[in-house]
Amino acid sequence: MTVSIGNAIWQGMLILFGAGVLGLVYKGLDRKLAAQMQGRIGPPLRQPFFDVIKLMVKENIVPDKAVGWLFNLMPVVCLAATATALLYVPLGGFAPLLGGYGDLILVLYLLAVPSLAMMLGGFAASSPYATIGAQREMVMLMSYEFPLAITLVGLAWRLSIALPAGSQVFSLGVLAANPLWTVVGPLGVIGLLLLFVSLMIVTPAELSKIPFDIPEAETEIAGGILAEYSGRNLALFYLADALKLVVMGSLIVGLFIPYGLSGIFELTGFAAGLVDVAFYLVKLFAVVFVSVIVVRVAFARLKINQVTRLFWLPVTALSFLGLILLALDRIV
Amino acid sequence: MHNERINLDLGEERTCGLTSYSIPIGPTHPALKEPIRFSFDIEGERIVGVDIQPGFAHRGIEYMGMRRNLIQTLYLSERICGICSISHPLTLVQAVEAAAAIEVPPRAQTIRTIIGEVERIHSHLLWAGVGAHELGFDTLLHLTWNVREKVMDLLEQLTGNRVDYAIPIYGGVRRDIPQEKAHLAYEALEYYNGILQQLIDAFLHDKSVEMRTRNIGVMTYDQAIALCAVGPTARASGVKKDVRQDWPYFSYADMDLHAITPEDFGTDAIGDVYDNIIVRLLEVAQSIKIIEHCLETMPSGELQSIPKVPALLAALKKAEGEGIGRHEAPRGEVFHYVRLEAGVEEPVVWKVKAPTYSNLMPWVPKFLGDEIADIPIIAASIDPCMCCMDRVHLVDSGDHGRRAILQKAELIKLSREKTRRVCG
Repeated sequence: MTVSIGNAIWQGMLILFGAGVLGLVYKGLDRKLAAQMQGRIGPPLRQPFFDVIKLMVKENIVPDKAVGWLFNLMPVVCLAATATALLYVPLGGFAPLLGGYGDLILVLYLLAVPSLAMMLGGFAASSPYATIGAQREMVMLMSYEFPLAITLVGLAWRLSIALPAGSQVFSLGVLAANPLWTVVGPLGVIGLLLLFVSLMIVTPAELSKIPFDIPEAETEIAGGILAEYSGRNLALFYLADALKLVVMGSLIVGLFIPYGLSGIFELTGFAAGLVDVAFYLVKLFAVVFVSVIVVRVAFARLKINQVTRLFWLPVTALSFLGLILLALDRIV
Repeated sequence: MHNERINLDLGEERTCGLTSYSIPIGPTHPALKEPIRFSFDIEGERIVGVDIQPGFAHRGIEYMGMRRNLIQTLYLSERICGICSISHPLTLVQAVEAAAAIEVPPRAQTIRTIIGEVERIHSHLLWAGVGAHELGFDTLLHLTWNVREKVMDLLEQLTGNRVDYAIPIYGGVRRDIPQEKAHLAYEALEYYNGILQQLIDAFLHDKSVEMRTRNIGVMTYDQAIALCAVGPTARASGVKKDVRQDWPYFSYADMDLHAITPEDFGTDAIGDVYDNIIVRLLEVAQSIKIIEHCLETMPSGELQSIPKVPALLAALKKAEGEGIGRHEAPRGEVFHYVRLEAGVEEPVVWKVKAPTYSNLMPWVPKFLGDEIADIPIIAASIDPCMCCMDRVHLVDSGDHGRRAILQKAELIKLSREKTRRVCG
């Protein structure tokens, strides 16, 4: 990467601001579309922005028995980790701002940090609801990390065979620049499809959306980890959630559908960038629509043991099968 | 009722080891639609003990009723419950009619039956929606409540109100269902006949609902009998118990009615939440049939045996005696006891027992052994109505700050002392 520090900071700010707005707009779309599917009118598209503004001006309450510094620190950690992950993920058809060496693994860890931060925040709140929520978050994290890791590592491994030795296959930029679909044979395509599906199933769990919103479960534990959070702290978690939506969506888009339209229309320069960004937004919306909005409308909340069973058995089996098919594809 | 310790030996050991902790649910909590307090002993995610403390919605409504004349009390009784708002007046009129020996014309009986059954449809649909919400299935909640609007419209068209219909009066009903309004009812019934199968599919043939409700909140047949469960809660456990079948009143005696149990759906009665859904949805179908039957066989004739209110009040003032009323409300049996004395306008005694009161204890075996995630749906499974049920609130007047927990033996002793005081 040959970006100057000044440029990098400027671009980073732009990305964070843009992704923040995008995440909130998609959250608004999520609420509006889900409402329409449920036969409701739903809030205006701008509602998430109002929510953030309102939370920012509200009082920030720290429970008496909470571990204050930990309780206040965790929203910041959560947002910071998500924002950092954002800089490593290819956005809008461009190469990621940071990265180049093994950042796939880094992103995997950065995606776990917000969950860990929420968990610690929940434990620090020392409320029974938050404690149960934190325990559940921990179990959730252990459940879905395995298929997620298999999928990401499997992709990188297959690419390492396809590309000349010494290529940075664990870099998301390289993965996005060399889509695997055209590299592998028919078996490999099936394998890739399976990995794609398992990543789509992991997405709502990563984002704590129904049917996997167990750590927050409104009717059971009254918001769980977030039960004691209010005001600015809650707004930070809210923003982190919006950013995480963009990160997960972009990760799937970058890994599986990194194609742009500018090549087809033979565009160059500014027009090419504009078309690619627009197409990226459409792809991102499609991913969010299928894996978050439709799923959360169509299912009831699962229980924690049901989630663990789901991720450890069928979803892990699915991603393993995908991995095996990718391996077989190389032999055949 | 306050601070009562519920500690039943139901074959489940209370193992409060070092690993167990307690979580409070209520009096205000998103899982509860009305205030009640649960205190759960939890091991991991498993419930090993439960303590129920009702008494947050006590309004002294019986006391208020005993200080009003009987017609005012009738309207007051409608305010006991906001959901089954016809059940209490229907029961009270039966009790007073029994005490004062007032005849009710057959057409009025049929109209009472119709309104009671229309209310059952709306109440069961409301419950189904709430249940879906407790499962985290909001789509189903919105769908069900959207469907419910039709029956609310029907209630408004028939009675003028969406809730608190003010239909029964001692000795009859206040409003007729004329021929030109009957077609509205037929229309609504046709709509529900068409949509009911969809609802059954959405609830009973949905994998994610089944995963969350099958074998959850189980109460066996024996426990249901031992704990005197009533209504759909008992019927879900296979107890064939229904006031309409066992003690026919209004025009139910003319019909071939039987208590709906999960066997009618072709499955064995387990007594879990899933069975509760089965019973309530099938009862909607049953209510549709009852209303159709009533509309077809509506007798002609008077609406009230004593049409003039001053005459009615005078007759009630002269009446002396006691009476009971029973009605199968959507949640189970409602029971009213009334004692009238000659020369007194007010009921001397008015005792109300709502179905939720009988269904409190079944909560205990239902909760034990299940998980935290099941608490909302199990709490909802008996369709609790706290403001119907709360009749007593213990206030500690003498011993300041000491919290009294009364066990069954002490309560029996206290009530015997009171009986002696009253009689002696």
